[in-house]
Amino acid sequence: MSIFVDGKTRVLIQGITGREGVVRAQLMKDYGTNVLAGVTPGRGGREVYGIPVFDSVEQARDRVGEIDASVIFVPAALVKNAALEALAAGVKLLVIVPDRVPIYDVLEIAAAAEEAEARFVGPNTLGLLSPGKAVLGMIGGRAQRAKEWFQPGPVGVSSRSGGMTSAIAYYLSRAGLGLSTIVHVGGDSIVGSSHPEVMELFEKDPETRAVAMFGEIGTTQEERVADLIEQKKFTKPLVAFIGGKAAKSGTRFSHAGAIVDGNRGSYESKVGRLREVGVHVVEAAADIPARIAEILGSKA
Amino acid sequence: MARLYEFQSKALLRGGGVPVPEGAVASSPAEARAIAEKLGRPVVLKIQVWVTGRAGLGGIQFADTPAEAEEKAARLLGMKVKNFVVDKILVEEKLAVEFEYFAGIVMDDAAKRPLLVFSSVGGTGVEDIVRKHPDKVVRRTIDVRTGLREFEARNMVLRSGISGPALLQISDLLTKLASVARVYDARSVEVNPLVRTVDGRILAADCHLVVDDYAVYRHPDLGIEIAREFDRPPTELERVAYKAEEKDYRGTFYFLQMAEKAEEGRTLIGFHGAGGGGSMMSMDAVQSRGFTVANYCDTSGNPPASKVYRAAKVILSQPGIKGYFASGSGVASQEQYNSARGLVKAFAEENLAIPAVIRLGGNFEEEAIQILGTYLQDLPGRVEAFGRDDPPEACAARLADLVAEGGGISHEVRPMKEPLIQTSAYSFATLTGRISIDHSQCLHCESKGCISACAPRILKVDEDGRPVLAISEPEAKKGKCTECLACELYCRFHEKQAVTIELPIPGLKEYRDGIAGKS
Repeated sequence: MSIFVDGKTRVLIQGITGREGVVRAQLMKDYGTNVLAGVTPGRGGREVYGIPVFDSVEQARDRVGEIDASVIFVPAALVKNAALEALAAGVKLLVIVPDRVPIYDVLEIAAAAEEAEARFVGPNTLGLLSPGKAVLGMIGGRAQRAKEWFQPGPVGVSSRSGGMTSAIAYYLSRAGLGLSTIVHVGGDSIVGSSHPEVMELFEKDPETRAVAMFGEIGTTQEERVADLIEQKKFTKPLVAFIGGKAAKSGTRFSHAGAIVDGNRGSYESKVGRLREVGVHVVEAAADIPARIAEILGSKA
Repeated sequence: MARLYEFQSKALLRGGGVPVPEGAVASSPAEARAIAEKLGRPVVLKIQVWVTGRAGLGGIQFADTPAEAEEKAARLLGMKVKNFVVDKILVEEKLAVEFEYFAGIVMDDAAKRPLLVFSSVGGTGVEDIVRKHPDKVVRRTIDVRTGLREFEARNMVLRSGISGPALLQISDLLTKLASVARVYDARSVEVNPLVRTVDGRILAADCHLVVDDYAVYRHPDLGIEIAREFDRPPTELERVAYKAEEKDYRGTFYFLQMAEKAEEGRTLIGFHGAGGGGSMMSMDAVQSRGFTVANYCDTSGNPPASKVYRAAKVILSQPGIKGYFASGSGVASQEQYNSARGLVKAFAEENLAIPAVIRLGGNFEEEAIQILGTYLQDLPGRVEAFGRDDPPEACAARLADLVAEGGGISHEVRPMKEPLIQTSAYSFATLTGRISIDHSQCLHCESKGCISACAPRILKVDEDGRPVLAISEPEAKKGKCTECLACELYCRFHEKQAVTIELPIPGLKEYRDGIAGKS
């Protein structure tokens, strides 16, 4: 098992003929992802790396059958339209790779996704990968690297940083601990699937026995994971690292932010809350594998 | 900048039908006087800076007459507040305030909606006030597809304990505030205080609005120069960096200056990260090793070599740095040879004399490390490259050793040199630069290695045995030439010096001349 995706997930790539689309279509297909179609309006009828290109998501669906997931590579200004198009065509999982997507566009996508009972990962995400099954997005860069670096196993990874998703997953694999699914939740302040939402999926996944989380200062994601643990909605062992300890605790300009969130968002708040509910917070990301090994070893 | 000043924020509110005090912005005492004359009543003068608590700093003054306004404006203009020099003041009618409230809209990352907060108590120190009176604070999220509806606002204001005429005025104001936030892509907007005057008017007496950096392109009318959030005006070098990045959408280059001098007992270095999380972790690593970072820089999102080159040139425009530390997550998905080539071109041009530790783990790291190792061994400064199996803490320790071994010499910022290019050279434009090939030297070159080095394979040998474009010039300029820099590096290090790639960084020459002039 895995979360979000497996080898059978039927995948579409929006923006498949663009600079990133072409390269990552090759990565996904070579890795073994079940990529059925691509969409670039106006470029229908072509092929990219053997993948048929259509003019719209609906057209692609009508020709190749139901689509489970769409990976979006269109320019930031066009992301909202592409995402709404996929949701309207019944796609239940979107992976929105581009960064610089305007925040109100993300909010509109979130509202539409909620109504359609769909999920999205990103924006500003490298995507997600389940070793040996599928990659959605651009984790690993090339299929060969992704196959070498990430081994299957019982550990889930959820990270606010794309690079650290790969780094932690690689260090875990190197330590002989394999991975169930690794997820880059995205680097923006509002993302479709934040840490707590990913934790709830890992909770339900029988293959995942422990989770590694890379958090960062800002947003309330890590605090909300602590809330979940407190409510017993996430019960698996969690090892976390929080980046940004040395960052200046920037002047807080927003009274509204302070009124709403209080101290939430700071390094101290995140580490404090997570430790309070029994999360193993490590001081260096490189310490994650040893700590997970310890936990799994004692439970094996 | 994406943070707007009070006078700009108020202009947007006024345009959206939100009542604000009458007034205008002044840049000189005479202008302040003229505004006060026009208003014909007592005024308040407010410095326009991004600092809270202006009253406590003496940045808010009252004047009963135009003459007094002029005199007080003269004192306020030029005032230094934190990193700001006051160059604008807002001159407005002085309000007879009866009550102060608070209203704000922020992004709720859990609900994935904008969140409106209203408090029937407001004013200075609002955080403390609401902590004492939690019953006065009401909040609700806004459905972006409908906007805030009047009855939703009214119900909310009722819950805060307000009734009577103020109820309708405030709910009306809140619905308009929410639509201004929406129209201008505001990531946050804050009205503190929102006031009721003795004559029963409800007005936004102060307002700060922050436009979403990513949506600034939709609002050219706002005249936002740098779509990045700063808590101070950008430095000259930050402006140069931003301009270099502005129109190049291939990957991201972010640059922020943090310190001009090392703190006591620490060593100043240039910092070059890749990816937010990896950069943050790497900064934590160097800072706990006794370094002060002169700057924060992030080149990520699969940037071309040309972008990494420009970033390195900007970092190396900071005098006094004693080391160069580049490190990202360690297992990057982007092609790391691009970063390596960008660094090689920059370091070679600078004839880098300080030590550099480059941690380039990830996709194609073997090639990246080989490029750095092969091409930079003859520099006066020692450059060492590391990969995914070397943690940032170990790399930071290595830089500390190299700085100590080299005696801690400081980087010298020299004026930029124009490259020597034969007017007869074969040349073509790229997306952000120009490649010139001096064909007179190619006659003696047997390898023609530039052609096989070219990543996108856009060069060929012509009938006279000289390297030329295999595609049309417009295609090269549109981006088929990816500015991988491989042709120039190959020629420079293995053959002649026939290939020159110019990658202009507007403003950097003047900036460096300024530094050289000072020293």
